[in-house]
Amino acid sequence: MTPAPGITLIGAARFGESPLFPPVRLEIDPGSWSCLLGPSGCGKTTILRLIAGLDTGVDFDGHIRASDGKPLPGRVAYMAQTDLLMPWLDVLGNVTLGARLRGETPDVEAAETLVERLGLSEHAHKRPTKLSGGQRQRVALARTLMEDRPVVLLDEPFSALDARTRAEMQDLAAETLEGRTVLLVTHDPGEAARLGDRVFLMDRTGMVEAVPPATPAIRPAADSETLAFQGRLLDALREPAA
Amino acid sequence: MSGVWRGLAAAVLFVGLWQALVTLADLPPFILPGPVRVAGALWSNVGLIAWHAGITMAEVLIGLALGVGLGIATAIGLAVSPAARYLIRPALVATQSLPVFALAPILTLWMGYGIWSKVVMAVLIIYFPVASAFFDGLMRTPRGWLDLGHTMGASPARLLWGIRVPAAIPSLASGLRLAAVYAPIGAVIGEWVGAAGGLGYLMLLANGRVKIDLMFATLLVLAALTLLLHRSVGWACDRLVARLD
Repeated sequence: MTPAPGITLIGAARFGESPLFPPVRLEIDPGSWSCLLGPSGCGKTTILRLIAGLDTGVDFDGHIRASDGKPLPGRVAYMAQTDLLMPWLDVLGNVTLGARLRGETPDVEAAETLVERLGLSEHAHKRPTKLSGGQRQRVALARTLMEDRPVVLLDEPFSALDARTRAEMQDLAAETLEGRTVLLVTHDPGEAARLGDRVFLMDRTGMVEAVPPATPAIRPAADSETLAFQGRLLDALREPAA
Repeated sequence: MSGVWRGLAAAVLFVGLWQALVTLADLPPFILPGPVRVAGALWSNVGLIAWHAGITMAEVLIGLALGVGLGIATAIGLAVSPAARYLIRPALVATQSLPVFALAPILTLWMGYGIWSKVVMAVLIIYFPVASAFFDGLMRTPRGWLDLGHTMGASPARLLWGIRVPAAIPSLASGLRLAAVYAPIGAVIGEWVGAAGGLGYLMLLANGRVKIDLMFATLLVLAALTLLLHRSVGWACDRLVARLD
């Protein structure tokens, strides 16, 4: 993996005439987790898609830069709320999808190692329909790791999981994505409080940064400072827009 | 196995009702011959019927292969080219307003009494369902899968072969199942308009000579072959969907 760059996004977006979000400034530090927290429809997924270079359907007026000055496309891995597993491929096939889509020979050994690391060895040859929601999201994480990109964009990847599986996946993601520049888009204050080295709050009026506790992420869920931070984030989310 | 028993039970019920209708309504054999009579006609004409069935099946299978091939090629062409969608798709839909059956006399005029006018008839009748079902499938790839492919650096061609085509196989399969039922219709219509052989031709011939029992025997064979074709294509589609890799 090449060294993880930081990312700066400055700008505003609108759908035709109606504004989606006003001018915002998002600074994502290299090699750490930044969380973008906000209610549904505030444009946080749009920001993630802009960074990923995906279609958004909005007019974005501004710029997105990597701290090393190199272009971002090709250095980004993407994980969405749904696992996006191909139902016609088994676990290993899904994990090695990227290589095949680029016309490369998949590194099956590396894929097997990853599958084992994520505790999926016994499922390596199963189709996604035979897996639970948590297992499927693990496969999606393995596929993301297999891409070995310095920047990882996570669009609410844990929100459809039950509380216990979600906490496990958060631990696993924090452990396996260490050293990469991660942007996590979420609507869950608890998730942002646990995982964010930096936390940005977003609503229709703009973006502000919340200062997380000094404890480094990933923070224990029951830690009092984490809980207090989670409470502050929730209050901030509930504040009526000025 | 239960499917076989169910099919058998349905057949027995059908034959029973048929015989009951003939007996109770006291129908003369030149209106509706009973099942025993038709079975007898089938037995004594088995060579004749088999020969004509061979011709019809050849027309159907060649038509199916060509029609499916053309339909798949059209769907892929439309899916990859916005220009083709803009230019060709309205024309394609417009052609469907013309009943294909109405073309049968013209095809016979142009291509003669041999099998090719029937092959083209079958191609015309199955081409649109196959192209349309597969095209819909290709255009309905879940957006998230395409996003994932984009971030992985897939070229449009690899996105097509690696994600869009396999994702559209179930849609193609439903088009193929329809095609398996439609193709014999096309071939038989072609034979009715003008032919030197085939089950449709034999039915008309038997009708003209008031061999109504032979006509019904031919009809039964046609139905059985269509059913067999539908089952085979369905089985192949299931295998294709299950094995996709």
